[in-house]
Amino acid sequence: MRLYFKFFDMHLKSQMQYKASFFLTTLGQFLVSSTTFLGINFMFSRFNIVEDFAYEQALLCFAVILMAFSIAEMLGRGFDLFPRMISNGEFDRALARPRNIIFQVLVAKMDFTRLGRLFQAILVFIYAIPNCGIIWTWDKITTLSLMIVCGSLVFFGLFLVYAAFSFFTIEGLEFMNIFTDGGKEFGRYPFSVYGKNILRFLTFVVPLALFQYYPLLYLLDREQSAFFMFIPLIGVLFLLPSYAFFRIGLRRYISTGS
Amino acid sequence: MKKYLALFRIRFANALQYRTAALAGIATQFSWGLMEIFAFSAFYRANPDAFPMEFSQTVSYIWMQQAFLALFMMWFWENDIAAAITEGSIAYEMVRPIDLYSLWFCQSAANRLARAILRCAPVLIVALFVPEPFQMTLPPNARQLFLFLLSAVLSLGVVVSFSMLMYISLFYTLSPMGVRIIVAVLSDFLAGATIPLPFFPEPIRAVVELLPFASMQNMPLRIYSGNIAGVEVLRGIVLQVFWLVVLTLIGRIAMGSALKKVIVQGG
Repeated sequence: MRLYFKFFDMHLKSQMQYKASFFLTTLGQFLVSSTTFLGINFMFSRFNIVEDFAYEQALLCFAVILMAFSIAEMLGRGFDLFPRMISNGEFDRALARPRNIIFQVLVAKMDFTRLGRLFQAILVFIYAIPNCGIIWTWDKITTLSLMIVCGSLVFFGLFLVYAAFSFFTIEGLEFMNIFTDGGKEFGRYPFSVYGKNILRFLTFVVPLALFQYYPLLYLLDREQSAFFMFIPLIGVLFLLPSYAFFRIGLRRYISTGS
Repeated sequence: MKKYLALFRIRFANALQYRTAALAGIATQFSWGLMEIFAFSAFYRANPDAFPMEFSQTVSYIWMQQAFLALFMMWFWENDIAAAITEGSIAYEMVRPIDLYSLWFCQSAANRLARAILRCAPVLIVALFVPEPFQMTLPPNARQLFLFLLSAVLSLGVVVSFSMLMYISLFYTLSPMGVRIIVAVLSDFLAGATIPLPFFPEPIRAVVELLPFASMQNMPLRIYSGNIAGVEVLRGIVLQVFWLVVLTLIGRIAMGSALKKVIVQGG
């Protein structure tokens, strides 16, 4: 753990060396999610409501997804570079070192420009939390925190799957974007909006709805049972198959030799 | 002219090499389009009267947008050109007896076109056969289809000439990432990539429709879907020609003055 913070510090310092570039990229990230926000705003100013969810309630979804995603992405950026690590042989060197392999992938890269998105998520929370009509008792606060934390873990699992795929193929990884970037993009509305089949898929296969739609029902008092409060924790179980998949890939890994 | 066609062909053949990547891209774009359409249909159910286009028009708009993503999206970036400027291989390019602006213009256009052609057909075919409310419709008549094609070509021109301005800006700043994201994000949003322009609130929309960004994907997609028809189409196409000429002129002038001062560091 100490070593992790050392890397954390190192990446932070190295990215701060180019302040103008860092600032502009962060601003860019902020603007990316701002246009998504504007899109939501424009849609709701015209329609007011979608599937029984009002503007502020949808914003809550948007902020949860965005925050979970940007935390996962900031710390898990190493997975993004993983295919390249494999193809240029960097991974072989990592295998030779006496440290956990996932740890090494993680510390290879951290991207703090994603703070731009995180900042956007915080702004949206500041607006939505007091305005969404929820009375913020302790259980509601716990639910919301669980949504964010477990959300980042699920996204983290997806990044792990993405990395694991590159053991088998270097090409064609783009389709994973539907679950990572797509999850972030379409999570701006409660997942029930997309119809029953999509919701079922996002519940049982790729558990994005477990930290977004179901606990939201609890927050809005549409479901009273405390089970809905802890549903995000079930989503975290997704890490198990993702990790197993990564191990399988690792076991049949043959170096590219370059 | 012949040399530009040759260049165009080389780029085109080059981009056609990556077939698995294309397959994955097609799957991604298809699911993406479907999800977008589901979201719009939820809003449609919430209040059909507030919907500013016909639902079928929105569906066609999204399918065509996904199919021709590579043609119109600003964030699609030519690494070769950027590298030529930042790493100095531009020196070779300048020795060649060919106008640099036209060369890069052709390269970009060819790359975008090759990608789009490679990817559009499967998405379009599936989109034409999905069940009823989510099915893509053909334009109402042959005339509209022809106007769509014309507008799409112009739109590609506007997109490329605008991105040329971004490349040229690299002569002045060598840190492209930040500026690139900011410009690309704003122009895509104003071009109707996030939500189509008819969904913008009225006063904002009136202004946005005049900007060069509205001459990008907005125009051909809305002509195809039948959202714009008649005289309005002609007005839109005139506006596209106007922006194409203006952006190209600015680009050429800016490039001329940048090239006069360019210093390639040796090494």
